[in-house]
Amino acid sequence: MKHRPNSIEEYLEAIYKLSEEKKDIKTTELAEFMGVKPSSVTEMLKKLAELGYVEYLPYRGVRLTGKGERLGRRITRRHRLYEIFLWKILGKKPDDVHEEACKAEHGVSDETDILLCRFLGAPSRCPHGSIVPACDLKVSTCEDCETVGANMVERDDEVRPIAWLNEGTSGVIRFIRGDSRVLRRLIDLGLTPGTKIHILRKAPLNGPVEVLVRGSRLALGSDIAANIFVSDV
Amino acid sequence: MIHRHIAHTHIQRGKSGILIALAGNANVGKSVIFNYLTGSHQVIGNWPGKTVELAVGRLKYGDKEITIVDLPGIYSLTTYSQEETVTREFITQMKPDIVINVVDATVLERNLYFTIQLLEMGAPIIICLNQMDVAEKQGLDIDVDKISSILGVPVIPTVAIKGIGLDRLMDTAINYRHRRAKPPTYNEDIERIINILVSRINKSKLDTSYPPRFIAIKMLEGDPYIIDVVEREDPDLIEHVKLLVMELEEKYGEPLYSVIASQRYKVIAKIINEAVKRKAVKTDILDYIDRITTHKVFGILISTGVLITLLLWTFYIGDFLSTILEDLVSIIAPVEPDITGSLIDTMINGAIGGIVAGITLVIPYVIPFYLFLAVMEDSGIMTRIAFMIDTFMHKLGLHGKAVIPIILGYGCNVPAIFSTRILETRRERIIASLAITLVPCSARTVIILGLAAAFLGIEAAISLYAINIAIVVAVGYLISRVYPGETPGLIMEIHQLRIPSPRVVFRQTLHRTLSIIYLVFPIYIIGSASVQALYKLGVLEPINTALSPITSNLLGLPPATGTLFIFGFIRKELILLLLPQVLGTFNIPLILTATQIFTIALVSMLYIPCVSTVAALSKEFGWGDTIIISIVNILVAIASGTIIYHILTLL
Repeated sequence: MKHRPNSIEEYLEAIYKLSEEKKDIKTTELAEFMGVKPSSVTEMLKKLAELGYVEYLPYRGVRLTGKGERLGRRITRRHRLYEIFLWKILGKKPDDVHEEACKAEHGVSDETDILLCRFLGAPSRCPHGSIVPACDLKVSTCEDCETVGANMVERDDEVRPIAWLNEGTSGVIRFIRGDSRVLRRLIDLGLTPGTKIHILRKAPLNGPVEVLVRGSRLALGSDIAANIFVSDV
Repeated sequence: MIHRHIAHTHIQRGKSGILIALAGNANVGKSVIFNYLTGSHQVIGNWPGKTVELAVGRLKYGDKEITIVDLPGIYSLTTYSQEETVTREFITQMKPDIVINVVDATVLERNLYFTIQLLEMGAPIIICLNQMDVAEKQGLDIDVDKISSILGVPVIPTVAIKGIGLDRLMDTAINYRHRRAKPPTYNEDIERIINILVSRINKSKLDTSYPPRFIAIKMLEGDPYIIDVVEREDPDLIEHVKLLVMELEEKYGEPLYSVIASQRYKVIAKIINEAVKRKAVKTDILDYIDRITTHKVFGILISTGVLITLLLWTFYIGDFLSTILEDLVSIIAPVEPDITGSLIDTMINGAIGGIVAGITLVIPYVIPFYLFLAVMEDSGIMTRIAFMIDTFMHKLGLHGKAVIPIILGYGCNVPAIFSTRILETRRERIIASLAITLVPCSARTVIILGLAAAFLGIEAAISLYAINIAIVVAVGYLISRVYPGETPGLIMEIHQLRIPSPRVVFRQTLHRTLSIIYLVFPIYIIGSASVQALYKLGVLEPINTALSPITSNLLGLPPATGTLFIFGFIRKELILLLLPQVLGTFNIPLILTATQIFTIALVSMLYIPCVSTVAALSKEFGWGDTIIISIVNILVAIASGTIIYHILTLL
């Protein structure tokens, strides 16, 4: 990430990306990831903390606040959606889409964002395999987005795909992305919105996730785990 | 004992006969109960127009003639899969006197979801609460009477594997037949529109054989079949439903079918709350095994280890059994093909040879293979392997569950191809079937052992297996990229690991072995007789010549081997049996170089699915795809045979 490493949005995007795997991010990790000096990272993090986007934890690094995660997620989502658009629709190579998506992510409106997502059929992964985060809308499925239309309420809690959850943690199902066949199967198996889901274990190499839902154990492939979004319990 | 028929001709009940259906989720013990009750009086058949198997059995209970049907294991009664459609059609069209809803006590919550839908369908049901022993071990204290009183249906606790509670289950089934309980109600909003729709349905002349309440709920859930029927007969009603659904979806902010599902689960949560108490339990040895089989490092090692052990076990036990059987059979029948007598003699010799080869060469390998596999399946280890291997299988355009049919292919391709029905899409089934046809079945194992291992050493046999795996992976990878469509994600239930039940393992092995005898042997026998006759009549000679550009130029083999590959299409192991005759000596290394022996084994392993497999493929997928799969096999065999021959010659 060589361009404009000073903007707030770029930083939040980077921290969001790093927190897919863990909550607390060290200054040095962030510096390495962004390719800048640790001193300038420290400076920027102070600014972000003042603005209420991150929480500064001595010796442990930083953690996104609700506000910070929200903005980080939006930027990341736009970036990945745009990459998919350039790749799948315009036919660019996966290696050539990152730079341009970096620029577009700061200029696209929320409405375009939703329309792009619908146009692309609510995709789950970018050309490089990262999961596209959920949108802001308070919907439990993509059907809601299509049928109810413009007068949408925003979600009040942050949601993350269960693929990012650690073994032994839990979440409450808020949103399931994707086509209605899979959705109906999951709902028949008891994965209805509002249900608690517990991560029992994850297979290696981005493999399936084993979850406990309503007293039964299920293995869900990584593509399905990328589409089930939960909030904290 | 096991025949294939169209099932509904067998489901006719007599005047005093009683028809019982077993219904429930997958893996809850329905088949165990079915087998326990019906013993060996069963037939397996397909529901008309569907590829779903139904097992039908008969028994006498007191003075009553009872017919029992084991319905497919499903989770819901919408019509999104064939299994669901078959279950629904069976219950409405055959009108069983009682449906025994088999419920796994250890996964009560999810199982009762199906129970509620059965009640909504207006089916007369009783609940068989199975695996009570496992539930107890897991610290679940279940108040059976409480569940019964809340749902208004009898609940019988059972341990089907040990036969506990099954007599009482039958008594209750017979006493409670035709009794229907009231389905649970939803919240006010939904009940209000259900009532509007029910009275509207009662006024219309809809003829669907489903109860009005069920039609109303299924319309609200957007069930494709019901919507279709109603749309044809009463289009206004559908418009009405659409408005009602929109109104409620706006209120709840989620699709109505999801609201309805949540409501069902709410009813169930109430039952669980009142009837189930959970005690803490110590982790036992099985929990440790469970953890280690899915460990990030050990899990992969164990999965690989299990599969290698399966093959080694099959070789050694198979070889041992095969020798014994060969000695026994050689006393009464000729084993070697003979084409010297009259045409009739030749054909009889061919037919007998087919039977003998089946008994001495195929069955001994198939039995230990299926036995080991059944242990893996019944214990739950197989599911763990599917879980661990999912990522890898995605590279072949398949998901983890496809590993089961492919492994079955190592026993015999034919049942393996039928078992691809567990996969969701046609695309996956075709890719998996192609992989199956390339995998060495027990007949091909015989060739690998009899040629490569016997004359070249065990390393040669192992490298053939390694080459085979590489080829299967490469072909799967390429095909999944050429074949349009996406691989559906894995959704698979994980059951508690358990010590396999000898009864279940034995039955599964027997069932699979017998099904090979029924499915494969007839073609085997007819094929052997006719191909030997053709040989006798000299029809195969020109083919030999025609094939020689491939056999001698590309593969570097004597032209006479062309005949072998023609025979091998009928029964692969004939290649091994006929080789000495074609060469004129049993001392094979005298005539053939090591490279040639290796090439014959390799090509035999890949070159075409045998005639029984082709029949199975065409039955499942039609001739178009069968021909494509066969051509891919031939091309792969010629290509890899040519490459290997030339590489080995250069060395």
